[in-house]
Amino acid sequence: MTPATARARRLATRAGYGAIRVFFVVLLAFPFYWMLITAFKTNKDLYNTANNPYLFNAPPTLEHIIVLFRDTLFLQWLANTAFVGVLVVAITLVLAVPAGYALARMTGPWAQTLGVAIFLTYLVPPTILFIPFSRIVAQLGVQDTLWSLVLVYPSFTVPFCTWLLMGFFKTIPRDLEDAAMIDGLSRLGAFLKVVMPISLAGILTAVIFTFTLVTQEFVYGVTFITSSSSYTVSVGVPTFLVRGDVYFWGSMMAACLIASVPIALIYNLFVDRFVAGFTVGAVK
Amino acid sequence: MIALPAGGKGRARWSFVDNERRLWPAMLAPAILYIALLVGVPFVLSLFYSVSNATVGSRSIQFVGLENFRRIVESGTFWLSLKNTVLITVVSQFLVIVCANILALALTGEFRGKWLVRFLILLPWVAPISLGSIGWLWIFDSIYSVINWTARAVGLLGPHEWPIWLGEPTLAKTSIIIVNVWRIVPLATVIILAGLSSIPQDIHDAAQVDGAGFWRHYFEITGPLIMPITLVALLFGIIFTFTDMIVVFVLTRGGPYDTTQVIASWAYFTGIQGGDLAGGAAISLFLFPVLAIVAVVFLLFAKRAEVT
Amino acid sequence: MATVEARRLVKLFDDVRAVDGIDLLARQGEFLVLLGPSGCGKTTLMRMIAGLEHPTSGDILIDGKVVTELPPRARNIAMVFQSYALYPHLTVARNIAFPLRAVGMPKPDIRKKVEWAAQMFGIERLLDRKPRQLSGGERQRVALARAVVREPVVFLLDEPLSNLDAKLRNSARDELKQFQRKLGTTTIYVTHDQAEAMGLGDRIAVLSEGRVRQIGTPHDIYLRPADTFVATFIGSPPMNLVAEGKTWLGFRPEAFLPREVEPAADGIVFPFRVTRVEYLGAERLVYGVIDGRTPETHVISKIPTNIRTEIAADGVYDFVVRRQDIERFDRDSGRRIDGGSA
Repeated sequence: MTPATARARRLATRAGYGAIRVFFVVLLAFPFYWMLITAFKTNKDLYNTANNPYLFNAPPTLEHIIVLFRDTLFLQWLANTAFVGVLVVAITLVLAVPAGYALARMTGPWAQTLGVAIFLTYLVPPTILFIPFSRIVAQLGVQDTLWSLVLVYPSFTVPFCTWLLMGFFKTIPRDLEDAAMIDGLSRLGAFLKVVMPISLAGILTAVIFTFTLVTQEFVYGVTFITSSSSYTVSVGVPTFLVRGDVYFWGSMMAACLIASVPIALIYNLFVDRFVAGFTVGAVK
Repeated sequence: MIALPAGGKGRARWSFVDNERRLWPAMLAPAILYIALLVGVPFVLSLFYSVSNATVGSRSIQFVGLENFRRIVESGTFWLSLKNTVLITVVSQFLVIVCANILALALTGEFRGKWLVRFLILLPWVAPISLGSIGWLWIFDSIYSVINWTARAVGLLGPHEWPIWLGEPTLAKTSIIIVNVWRIVPLATVIILAGLSSIPQDIHDAAQVDGAGFWRHYFEITGPLIMPITLVALLFGIIFTFTDMIVVFVLTRGGPYDTTQVIASWAYFTGIQGGDLAGGAAISLFLFPVLAIVAVVFLLFAKRAEVT
Repeated sequence: MATVEARRLVKLFDDVRAVDGIDLLARQGEFLVLLGPSGCGKTTLMRMIAGLEHPTSGDILIDGKVVTELPPRARNIAMVFQSYALYPHLTVARNIAFPLRAVGMPKPDIRKKVEWAAQMFGIERLLDRKPRQLSGGERQRVALARAVVREPVVFLLDEPLSNLDAKLRNSARDELKQFQRKLGTTTIYVTHDQAEAMGLGDRIAVLSEGRVRQIGTPHDIYLRPADTFVATFIGSPPMNLVAEGKTWLGFRPEAFLPREVEPAADGIVFPFRVTRVEYLGAERLVYGVIDGRTPETHVISKIPTNIRTEIAADGVYDFVVRRQDIERFDRDSGRRIDGGSA
């Protein structure tokens, strides 16, 4: 091998990786770019097959967004989603934080297995449970209300967050609690007064992830809720923004963007922690 | 002399908030109880409904044995939906693993704009599935599809060729596969990326010094070492795709004429829209075997991680 | 067997000059040690020789040929890493065979060479095991076997003994030197342990802050250190430095003895106020200050046990250094002033 060949090979490899990155970024992000353009194009521009769809053939417009917020229940749906989100986050934290901590500190070989078992219930899909749930929800009298979602969503947020927090609490050295207990705190006290205050990152991760799961959920939402004013965003946009056969694409795409991008931005900050949860001990 | 906590109250506190054997179960119990109730009970109910004649409106429910299952097995749509589910899952996850491995390789190491790239790549996974699917609904539109427009502009389509992505069975299945690949690749990629990062740099250095070229290095060293984590990513992808109804629901509603039904969507249409709770429950139970297999594999992983 | 040369080598990591202009020549068959504290650039230098890092400027030559642009596999070198870097999913036999498969050697030849390498290090019975089933010492031998099997012209060893426990380290050191003598391959060895360097090296290159301070035989480095850094880095305890005007007077602890023992008239006498005495079995270390000096000048004396002079803490004794045992260093630059000894 000559130095020239070596140099050429090195450059080719680097260029190759760059090309792969560009390729996938375009493929994966294109639909969102498409949502962006569609949201701001006038209907005349949008529905004219002669136009180049990649360009703004008429100046961009805010009319779809205005229609979305003024003439549809989009704002209501956002509020509904936020309402459910906040409550589900609260319930999840109350249940998953102590459970995750206990699993992290328990000695004994089956603590890990129990943790995995709890995590696995996250994988039980809504599409197995939604039919019996529809009847349970009706019999509990919360059919067609947001409370049905508040009740049912923790069934998948708690398992994942427990697992996530278990992994997180394991990274906090036991020495801190040992020192606290020598200083006079009880085990529970050490948890509340020493561990919790420094666990902000882990808790925040659980909060973000729970909120993301809530906004993503569709199956229970479409099953339990029938009144358009009670929809969450994930359900309302696909089902309600279609009047008969007419799709209000401009407004729909705007809605999709608004409901996806902000969450994605926040999610991106915590991605490493989520991944740690997903790798299920296969990566130490 | 050390003053020991004396008195009744002190002693009771010691026995609970310090007694780990009581404390841990107490902290665990609420979560486990909740999960058991909200996952266990409906699941058992599902089994029960599947052998009953429950409908959405029925007041009383009777046991009917395996009648529902017989009806399902005799229904053409069921077998079609089973075939579709398997096909879509296998094809999409194969593509996901290949793409994710390639992309993960390109994402190790430093490069400009890493944060932005990661953000853009994660979008399909983080966005609500229904909303991402709506975006694709627009992209696959029968009249305004940007794919068709671009293909024609580039010369790939003739003047009389205009694929109706969601209207023709094979194309519709392809569309569903595309959307599933699109939304799972980000998750698989970050998982595999974590696996790649866990390989010590020394190993790569040693392979380089030992003379391994690019392909040997990847297939004999890197690949085998990330096999466990790739398997994890695959298992997640299988679960999320096999049991999904949302993509099909949004894109095709199972059409045209039920040719793109998958088990989960068929269960929905039968049970909720059709009111036949028993039938729907029975159909949805066919999702369980795959779930069980995946769960077992995960548990084996966990056991092995404990042992090493 | 080949020479290894570094010419005006520079490596920048962002703004940090990890390697700051190094010229170095390892002779054929030589065991050259790169010695220095952590962060001195020795590992970066070795990685550049290996081809794992690309120099910012400068060249690497192996056997007279410029190899700076070539990847590791084109340099005919082998490397043993501090962590051994054994492939965890391959058996010992496959680990050793890997470099041979990479160059396309036919299978029967590979088997023969693997056996030969395994025999050299006595690990034949381990060939079917996986790395995680081996002890630290066994893993190290596998790493060496893997390095030897290709019969490269240069060995690069990156602190290969530091992960072994102390008892094992001495015997491993002995075996390592013997096997290098037998093979006669040019070897470059990185370590931060100066005793190890002194014991193993034909020559030692002392590095600090990305530059070579001195290259020489252990004898030269110890008795004629080129500057105060080398003087205080080599030797345990380090060389004593006493200020005198614009120079440092440097003398080794074992050259600093009670007056009764060293009656030579041609020496400098210091009043030595003792603060502490350590009894180490083979010798005593006496810590203290030169009496009557400000700022306080700490010095150490190393007295072999067969000299039984009474030394007690808080006492002040006359200690002597012979003029020929004194090296002088410039106080500003730290460099040795030649002609310092009588």
